[in-house]
Amino acid sequence: MAGRAEFSLQGRQAFYFALLLAPPLLWLGIVYLGSLLTLLLQSFYAIDEFTARIVPEFTLATYRQLLTQPAHIDIIVRTLLMAVAVTLTAAVIAFPVALYMARYAGPRTKALFYVGVMLPMWTSYLVKVYAWRLILAKQGIASWGFEHLGLMAALDQALAVPVVGGPSLASSYIGMFIVFVYMWLPFMILPLAAALERVPASLLQASADLGARPAQTFRNVVLPLALPGLAAGSIFTFSLTLGDYIIPSVVGAPGYFIGMMVYQQQGTAGNLPLAAAFSVVPIVLIGLYLMLARRLGAFDAL
Amino acid sequence: MLRAGPTVDMTPAIELRATHRAFGSVVALDSVSLTIAPGEFFALLGPSGSGKTTCLRLIAGFDQPDSGTILLDGEDVTNTPPFARNVNTVFQDYALFPHMTVAENVAYGLRVRGIARAERARQAGDMLDLVRLGEFGARRPHQLSGGQRQRVALARALINRPQVLLLDEPLGALDLKLREEMQVELKGLQQRLGITFVFVTHDQGEALSMADRVAVFSQGRIEQLDTPRVLYNRPQTAFVASFVGSANVVGREAAQILTGRDRAFAIRPELIDLLAAGEPAADGYVQCAGEIVDVLYHGASSRLRVKVDERTTLAVARSESAGGGVQGLTTGAHVRLAWRPDHAVPLQD
Repeated sequence: MAGRAEFSLQGRQAFYFALLLAPPLLWLGIVYLGSLLTLLLQSFYAIDEFTARIVPEFTLATYRQLLTQPAHIDIIVRTLLMAVAVTLTAAVIAFPVALYMARYAGPRTKALFYVGVMLPMWTSYLVKVYAWRLILAKQGIASWGFEHLGLMAALDQALAVPVVGGPSLASSYIGMFIVFVYMWLPFMILPLAAALERVPASLLQASADLGARPAQTFRNVVLPLALPGLAAGSIFTFSLTLGDYIIPSVVGAPGYFIGMMVYQQQGTAGNLPLAAAFSVVPIVLIGLYLMLARRLGAFDAL
Repeated sequence: MLRAGPTVDMTPAIELRATHRAFGSVVALDSVSLTIAPGEFFALLGPSGSGKTTCLRLIAGFDQPDSGTILLDGEDVTNTPPFARNVNTVFQDYALFPHMTVAENVAYGLRVRGIARAERARQAGDMLDLVRLGEFGARRPHQLSGGQRQRVALARALINRPQVLLLDEPLGALDLKLREEMQVELKGLQQRLGITFVFVTHDQGEALSMADRVAVFSQGRIEQLDTPRVLYNRPQTAFVASFVGSANVVGREAAQILTGRDRAFAIRPELIDLLAAGEPAADGYVQCAGEIVDVLYHGASSRLRVKVDERTTLAVARSESAGGGVQGLTTGAHVRLAWRPDHAVPLQD
């Protein structure tokens, strides 16, 4: 009897569980994964050059088009390099901030830091991007500041660098890079701070106790244990940069990025298969990145 | 077996001089002075918040005193960071690095000193053999049991050949059987290596069975510092008497009534005789009459509580094997108690 009662209770619990899980699972399964699969499917179709209609037959022609045209390769490489640069810079800037938040700040300072890191995310993304265009414009606050600090020559020199430079910060890859780093920095700081907060103080004490200087403790204990957070943060910054199309179209040099290409191909150009193929690129790149991170032991401490 | 305190010609392994540490308004360590001899197995015993862990942290260097001096082997290390002290610690939670193998954990102290890889591996292997974990070097800490992790922590702390090994509640997280095994193992290890061991514990049994000397902490001060035997037989304060083993602490007023002397005293339950009806007490014994409040059977022994006065109840232990069973003794029965006067230890007020 008792067994049956228990069983029915389990059954009821399972039912409620299913009830709770069904909506998010349906959302995830149909709306999210479903559309992703449809997208993937689209990339294996091709457009008829003459009628500009999608031919729903399996072909690798679109991928051939993607990977053989130098202009497309340029776009992929440009986006990838930007994502790598943004991720590395964000990590370097975020680490000390996260370390201070997690391990040194008192409760009040810590709360202030969390608010400070998250506050910019409450503002509209577009407002921030356009604000940055004004800040970085030829006669914007940035160049005004450089001028008053007597660093105008340095700025001019930076803008004179081929490829990354340009007529002004707002119309150069340097400017675009600054905006990207600014935008995604919170996504790096927060997971890093969370990972660093989870490192027990006794591990750091044990390291010092065994004779490690602070720098050795950092390299041998803090950094390896922060790697999962660093990996999580870099997945954010990396994938967000790979997929973004607004920042490159508002700030920076005229060169195309993957996101812009997707936007243009599925919109004005009407080449949905090529757009789909382009959007597969970030997925593949992130997949490769995760494999690399795993190989390097980023998830060993989990 | 008993090691006396430090002899004159020996530099103490550890010396604390009027070491004071407060956290806000809470005084964790109230101007404590302490000397530990080389090779001694020393216990810091006390309830939580008594200052024993603060004391250990100060010796390790994880914390600095507000005032006072800490010397290791005669050298002032008050402001020396932990990595520059020749002291190693076994942490309460073991603090093993989760991202390293057991062997890497053990070799860590050598690695940060720049010892070559092969030499590190060899010494770590030796250390793991010493704690009987030779085959476990390639595992990760989370794949080990609590007792095994404890031994890894020991091996890791010993690989630098410290002058002093500090152990923070080393057996706290182990179950009873394992704890008893580790007590024997720790004691043996300490005797073989001849290193000074200082361990923090709140378990008086642990302190009594392992330590050469014990400092009993209460409210940031050392209540008494003695060998386990003296501590048990001659406690100086009511706190020590009741914290180390169990004791009947009899206050001044009650003592006046029972013994006629105006001095508080403590007496161990096993030192009180229960007299059979009509049985005379031995010569010179202090006697009193009372009523049994309750009887608790513990197997090898039993424990009765006897009310001898309105405000005074004495615990009496009866050993089953020594023919002192509790059969026939029931709640409410009237009995007579007696004890040797010198078994009653006078206490400081």
